[in-house]
Amino acid sequence: MHELVTASVTEIAQAVRDGKVSAVEITRAALARADAKNASLNAFLHVDHEGALAQAARVDASPNRTGLPLAGVPFGLKDNLCTRGVPTTCASKILQGYAPPYDAHVVEQLRAAGAVVLGKLNLDEFAMGSSTENSAFGAVRNPWDTSRAPGGSSGGSAAAVALGLSAAALGSDTGGSVRQPASFCGVTAIKPSYGRVSRYGLIAFASSLDQVGPIARNVRDAARVLGVIAGRDSRDPTSADRPVPNYEAECERDVKGMRVGVVRGITDEGCAPAVQQAMARAREQLAALGCEIVEVDMPHQKYALSVYYIVATAEASSNLARFDGMRYGLRVNGDDLRDTYGKTRDAGFGLEVKRRIMLGTYVLSAGYYDAFYLKAQKVQTLIRRDYAQAFERCDVVMTPTAPTGAFKLGEKIDDPLQMYLQDVFTLPPSLAGIPAVSVPCGLTPERLPIGLQLAAPGFEEARLVRIAAAFERASGWAERPPGF
Amino acid sequence: MGSGYETVIGLEVHAQLLTRSKLFCGCSVKFGASPNTQVCPVCVGLPGSLPMPNARAVELALRAGVALGCQIRSHSVFARKNYFYPDLAKNYQISQYELPLCEHGKLRFELDGKAHEIPIQRIHLEEDAAKNLHGMGSGTVTLVDYNRAGTPLMEIVSGPDLRSSAEAEEYLKRLHETLMFLGVNDGNLEEGSFRCDANVSVRPIGQEQLGTRVELKNINSFRFVRKAIDYEVARQIALVSGGGRVVLETRTWNDGQGKSLPMRSKEEAMDYRYFPDPDLPPLHVSEAAIEAARRSLPELPERKRARYVESLGLTVADASVLSAHPVIAGFFERAAELLAAQSKLEPAAAGKKAANFLQSELLRHVRTNGLSAEMGVSPEQLAELLTLVESAAISGKQAKALLPSLLGTDRRPEQLVREQGLVQVSDTTAIEAVVRDVLAQHPDNVKLFRAGKTAVLGFFVGQVMKAMKGAGNPKLVNEVLQKLLNEGA
Amino acid sequence: MSAPRITADAVRHVAKLACISLTAEEVARMQRELDSILGFMAELDSLDVSDVPPAFQALGVNAPLRPDVVVPGLDRDELLASAPASDQGGFAVPKVLEGD
Repeated sequence: MHELVTASVTEIAQAVRDGKVSAVEITRAALARADAKNASLNAFLHVDHEGALAQAARVDASPNRTGLPLAGVPFGLKDNLCTRGVPTTCASKILQGYAPPYDAHVVEQLRAAGAVVLGKLNLDEFAMGSSTENSAFGAVRNPWDTSRAPGGSSGGSAAAVALGLSAAALGSDTGGSVRQPASFCGVTAIKPSYGRVSRYGLIAFASSLDQVGPIARNVRDAARVLGVIAGRDSRDPTSADRPVPNYEAECERDVKGMRVGVVRGITDEGCAPAVQQAMARAREQLAALGCEIVEVDMPHQKYALSVYYIVATAEASSNLARFDGMRYGLRVNGDDLRDTYGKTRDAGFGLEVKRRIMLGTYVLSAGYYDAFYLKAQKVQTLIRRDYAQAFERCDVVMTPTAPTGAFKLGEKIDDPLQMYLQDVFTLPPSLAGIPAVSVPCGLTPERLPIGLQLAAPGFEEARLVRIAAAFERASGWAERPPGF
Repeated sequence: MGSGYETVIGLEVHAQLLTRSKLFCGCSVKFGASPNTQVCPVCVGLPGSLPMPNARAVELALRAGVALGCQIRSHSVFARKNYFYPDLAKNYQISQYELPLCEHGKLRFELDGKAHEIPIQRIHLEEDAAKNLHGMGSGTVTLVDYNRAGTPLMEIVSGPDLRSSAEAEEYLKRLHETLMFLGVNDGNLEEGSFRCDANVSVRPIGQEQLGTRVELKNINSFRFVRKAIDYEVARQIALVSGGGRVVLETRTWNDGQGKSLPMRSKEEAMDYRYFPDPDLPPLHVSEAAIEAARRSLPELPERKRARYVESLGLTVADASVLSAHPVIAGFFERAAELLAAQSKLEPAAAGKKAANFLQSELLRHVRTNGLSAEMGVSPEQLAELLTLVESAAISGKQAKALLPSLLGTDRRPEQLVREQGLVQVSDTTAIEAVVRDVLAQHPDNVKLFRAGKTAVLGFFVGQVMKAMKGAGNPKLVNEVLQKLLNEGA
Repeated sequence: MSAPRITADAVRHVAKLACISLTAEEVARMQRELDSILGFMAELDSLDVSDVPPAFQALGVNAPLRPDVVVPGLDRDELLASAPASDQGGFAVPKVLEGD
């Protein structure tokens, strides 16, 4: 097995470009590693051996190989990203065996950059969850402690990257779904600004919040991947028409004078002591880099959970209506049309998905639209304004990514509200549509990773990369899970 | 009429916008393709697909809104109408709800000498549903074809201001032709590109509150409109005057049975859970675009009819016929214009002559299909033909006879006339010779004429024209006949 | 004990709108869980947002429009390969029993 298989994205790409190793060789090694270690995690739902090797061969034969930013880099894709001819299930029985006839935009971008897709990664069903326990195909285990959850919904993606089963992965983030698992698994993830990356081919959960985000083992890697997938797509009407800066170049820059906002009163609420200590340490490290720590107010942040669970579930209830057994996926035959719909959806959807569809349908229904959906949308505006005001006094806002380290599998699954509370820190940036990054910043006494979240104004991913990279250098994070 | 009840009708028209591709994707909207061959991830609602609005659909809807006097909303919003049905690929339809593109317009028409102005409440954009394959499938299975799914539609909603089935029919006809003349819809009822639903209710005369309405669907021909509405009104009046209650429901018109049948009960009105489509930012229409639409409006049939009567010498009836189709109207105007120029006739005289010939001789050969029409000849050919008649080079009869040789060709009438030697004979000497000949052949009829049976003149005219192969100048033939018949007494 | 924020009847009605055939057990569980979640969301009741615009209008972006050009779509065979049932080029779906 080639030693480069667990190297970083930039190292692998450089080696393949330079001809030091072939894409096929790296891919073979990556596939072998995935085959050997996946059972312990259940991260991959599907490994596409044939497809990956064929892609790798194309990269090796490409006349542009020396210029491909992701040449030969092994990737995993969250299984809610459409891959042509390759099963895409959203970890749901209702899409078991479904293979889309087209590739998502971000998948096209990755392939054009020379990346090799190893397979599809496990998630909470339809991206609804914070632990990946809601997968219809079994939970994913956290490589740091396999009795614990990797976080969610992109749990498979984060776990795979953490254990070196792929150099990087693409996940999706609606309320924290790349950041929180990255925090639990000790890796780095970026949720881009809403509209920064095309959603064409990302199976929708909440249309106004969903974004595809890179997960990698360091900031530079994540920045490079972001640079490849970002940019306008004429097939996504919410895709922003803005130039893509060189994110990677930000990794070298210093952050002297950058103002880091700390949210007054909220930061330590409900956080485990280890997380509070990690935040204190992080503040010191940032100050040592020349950053100015300022206190900011986010008076409406506490409503983020309610707003999210109204807006996101409403949109989801409509987005998931198409899964009805008529055109693709599972069909459970009933007595007639309505019965077939009902039985198919009851059998095909897991409990959490059903719960959210029901809630979403309810908040949109006659008599409740104004009190719930419309009101939540207005409170969402207040949350956006909080950030706008905060950003007048600081350049980035820092919080923990999650209130604790990884919890035990089964610990929170029976109480939906408890599970939803996992998202308290990641939700506000999602609702505001602004970019946020999670970088590892410490370990709990149980040696479970802790994540630091930084959020910046809309389309300021460059600024995020800059400060995240500087912090990463300063913190010297080099931890790996057992068995890496 | 004497029932003590007033009829209240509102009409909802779904008109397909004349684009090449669908509203939210690049699939073709061409009619008649093999099932599921004009589909893509977007219109078939595959997971991960996203809608991308069609610029031309917006432009055409804007043109219609402006022509119908609507207020145009600069930022209108696409909304999802959520319900489950196999003809909806996503189980929601992308439409417009609270903030439609156009509002507060009107349609004017005249009926039996009375002017009507019917408010148009709104015009909005929405995608069409899929179609079931008729006569296929089985008792328990329907086969769905998504070719039509996603086709761009304009929904045009009138106020409940029509008071009779006759008014409803007239409204529809005027709306239909207006949309055709605007070039926004091809008017093809057979292909379903212009569809109408009627909301019908009755109330006691004098009552202000509206009665419970019934939605009548499947009124897909102008023939059905009156029948269907009349039946429904009678049904409702009978029900209500008998102490019953009209149920809020959807009914479909079954022309075979001559009655309306219940479709699904609207008593438990559908909760569509409308909300702004989070995939689509607001649709912006600029002031400049609205102005441009206003400036580029073509002359509409109402105005054309008035002009045909005032300036082109037509009767109201003739004006109606010739303004029924944009290609026919355009043909008529051009032919009349050329005829006036070439023959030095006054516009009204030229118009009258062109109209007469068109209606009596040409229209029966014309085939219309949606917005296209095969006229058979060009306006230039017709104008030249009629000019030849005007200059007495040929007779009207000869012109009629010539038409079949012109149809489907680009031959010039002048050339044909020369080839066939059809020059009208106005030489009195030549005519005299033929007349003498004919009179000599029919001495008994000559005697009859001279005995007072002047009607026999018609027989002689026919005979002379026959002998001259229709080339005789009718006026002169008549004169010569009269002269010779009267002189030899 | 205050009245539940959502009753079992309401749950059944919503399940009908959402076309999910919940079992009686699922209805009971859903009623408890949704009630608890809605209770949590009651925190929004006290907020006065009467003059705040909803977020979707506030973005300031307009819908991009695409030119009216025909673009090749999907191959029918590839599309129907995923269909649970198809026949003669159409998607085969159960007939709805009410008159249509």
